[in-house]
Amino acid sequence: MAGKGRGVGAFTFNIEALGIGRGSMPDSRVGPMPLFPNIDFKPVPLKAGEEEDYMLALKQEMRGTMQRLPHNIKCHANKAEVERYTERYLKQSQLDDANWTPDWSLLPKELMPQKKKVVKPVKKKKAVKISRKETEAMLTKLDELEKKDDGNPEKSDDETEKKKVNEGEEEEEIEAEEYDEEDVEEENDYIDSYFDNGEDFGGAGSDENVDGEGTF
Amino acid sequence: MTAQEVRLCGLLLQEHFGEMVEKVGTHLLKSGAQNLRMILHETGISLDLLKKSLCVLVQHGACVFSSGRKGPGSPTEYRTSCDRILRILRYPRYIYTAKTLYGDTGELIIEELLQRGHMTMSSTVKTVADRLTQNMEDGRSMDYNDVSNSFSNLVETHFLQRCPPPPRAGPKESATPAPPPVPGTPTPPISTSLPTAESFPDCYKVPHVTLIGRGKRPLSSEDVDDQRNAKKAKMDSETHGDEGICWQVNFERFHLHFRDQAIISAVANKLDQTSSEIVRTMLRMSEVTTSPSATCTKPLSANEIFRSLPTNYNIARPILDQYLTLLVDDPMEFVGKAGESGGGMYVVNMHRALANLARATLESVVQERFGSRSARIFRLLLRKRHLEQKQVEDFAMIPAKEAKDMLYSLLSQNLVQLQEVPKTPDYAPSRTFYLYTVNQLPTARMLLQNCYKTVANLIERRLYESKESKRLLEKSQRIEAILASLQASGAEPEQLTEVEEMITAPEKQQLDALRLHINKLDSAENQVDETIFLIESYVNSTTTTS
Repeated sequence: MAGKGRGVGAFTFNIEALGIGRGSMPDSRVGPMPLFPNIDFKPVPLKAGEEEDYMLALKQEMRGTMQRLPHNIKCHANKAEVERYTERYLKQSQLDDANWTPDWSLLPKELMPQKKKVVKPVKKKKAVKISRKETEAMLTKLDELEKKDDGNPEKSDDETEKKKVNEGEEEEEIEAEEYDEEDVEEENDYIDSYFDNGEDFGGAGSDENVDGEGTF
Repeated sequence: MTAQEVRLCGLLLQEHFGEMVEKVGTHLLKSGAQNLRMILHETGISLDLLKKSLCVLVQHGACVFSSGRKGPGSPTEYRTSCDRILRILRYPRYIYTAKTLYGDTGELIIEELLQRGHMTMSSTVKTVADRLTQNMEDGRSMDYNDVSNSFSNLVETHFLQRCPPPPRAGPKESATPAPPPVPGTPTPPISTSLPTAESFPDCYKVPHVTLIGRGKRPLSSEDVDDQRNAKKAKMDSETHGDEGICWQVNFERFHLHFRDQAIISAVANKLDQTSSEIVRTMLRMSEVTTSPSATCTKPLSANEIFRSLPTNYNIARPILDQYLTLLVDDPMEFVGKAGESGGGMYVVNMHRALANLARATLESVVQERFGSRSARIFRLLLRKRHLEQKQVEDFAMIPAKEAKDMLYSLLSQNLVQLQEVPKTPDYAPSRTFYLYTVNQLPTARMLLQNCYKTVANLIERRLYESKESKRLLEKSQRIEAILASLQASGAEPEQLTEVEEMITAPEKQQLDALRLHINKLDSAENQVDETIFLIESYVNSTTTTS
């Protein structure tokens, strides 16, 4: 307000000609507008009636149903460590999730879930299992051998080395598998499935799990 | 699309399809058409989830895909549009309209289709029949045939249509060059060559479906004989002859209906019931003959209108003529006169009607926000186009000081625009006319954006409210579940009251307050959408004609 007198005088023309009198200049304001300014007029109440009530019910029902449908994709990333009571129901909805099969003829081919993705982990487990079994067998064998030739220290040394080699192989396998996963994620032109570690030569068992993967 | 629209779309997607779909959807909205790999790279969602999300979006028509935009063999590109996602807001209204027009069966058909995006006729009919049977009393069931008939009716009146077949990369499509999508740049304009469902010849052709049987209850206990169950199981695996033909809701047709309804109810409010019946008859007669985007209906003679009036509505010929003259003279210009032949030719001015309805909406917004005297100034400017400040004060008959205040507050809200007309090229204020004016179309657009913002705020508030009392809501749900199971097992009333008392009185109060708030917020969303619809149709109608 203090600067008003000077401000009016600073114009090069007679501002009375614009119809702006001395007292009619609006107050100057400093700073941003308040987030929730006071409103001069109260809002009108909402329409209420049978139609509105029915639409309200429809809206709420629709929302509820849509959230239960498999189309509502839930983020499973942040799983609680402790299994809660409600999770049993979540599992139910996940089951529903699996039941939705879209009509693939109306969708682009590339959106189909890739089959090998599901095959992979199964294969991995098998590979690991087999190698574990082998190591176990080897261990027992070694134990037996140890018992037999207690007096021969050189041999046992050899065998422990063998053991180490086995373990090393296992680690390598795991690494290779992790690498595989990355390949799948990045989707390049290479044929991921071509990677051949030589273990399931002949491809036995890889075709067993093809069925039932077209859904999610 | 604006930031407000994208925000609202995001909220709607999140609420109906979950966080992942929301992430993908908003990303596509912001960056335009993109291929799978780009989306994967930029959103950082795992491939599996991304694919699922895209499937959901495509399934619900919120996303279209096309390939070969950049020459044959180029990767498929995905594109979403705000318009389609914002329709989610109007779902309750579509369902309600289907109920008023086609009863419960129609309601459920539309509801199922909206929930699932698109479905084949046979599966829709089955689900709807099952749901109807479930609500019927014991021993009765819904015949598939009845539902099929309702379905066919909906198709005949174009409320349902076939989904367009998936686009295949053809030479025609690859011929249209388009700029490659660069991330970060604003969306390339959506090409008008997008195939619409209407452009396929079989769009409204109902396939021959062999469906015999009745709806069944989900819990088929002993009262359903095993023989029928076996039959049913055999039926389910059968083909019905309509595999691969999916149906979707034709939103445009619903919008035409809403528009007609808005005009009719406006006439009823402005004049009276009888004149609204006359307009309704005119609209019904021209439903088939007039194209959806026409400015006005085909001219109808007074004789024709007289013959088509419902007989129970005893309107004599001279009275009809009087009503028609009255409608033509009305300043809202709903009905116009196109000629004198045949006792006078009359049309319904669709676009004028929409413009006037939008104008009335703007006026009432100003009135409710700034008071009736500001509304007077606003109306004055609308009618006189350009006015100087002095003239505004005089014409509005408001004291100069108050008028200035109101005018400036309208100006600051962008509801009124200022036009400078200098007498000399130096724009010296003393030699310049300052003309105030109202531009209806930009103002309507602004109001539309405000509406989007309002709805987004409403949704956010609702989410906040329910988040705040999440624990309470969960508790009440659990107790309700326990009560239901107790009642089912035939527990004693004492036990029931004991369980009921687990919710204390203050908690109950809190719950009631919460329910009230959420209902209010939901209702408000529905009602803001009515305004959105009106302004959207006005904006669309003006932009197509000009």
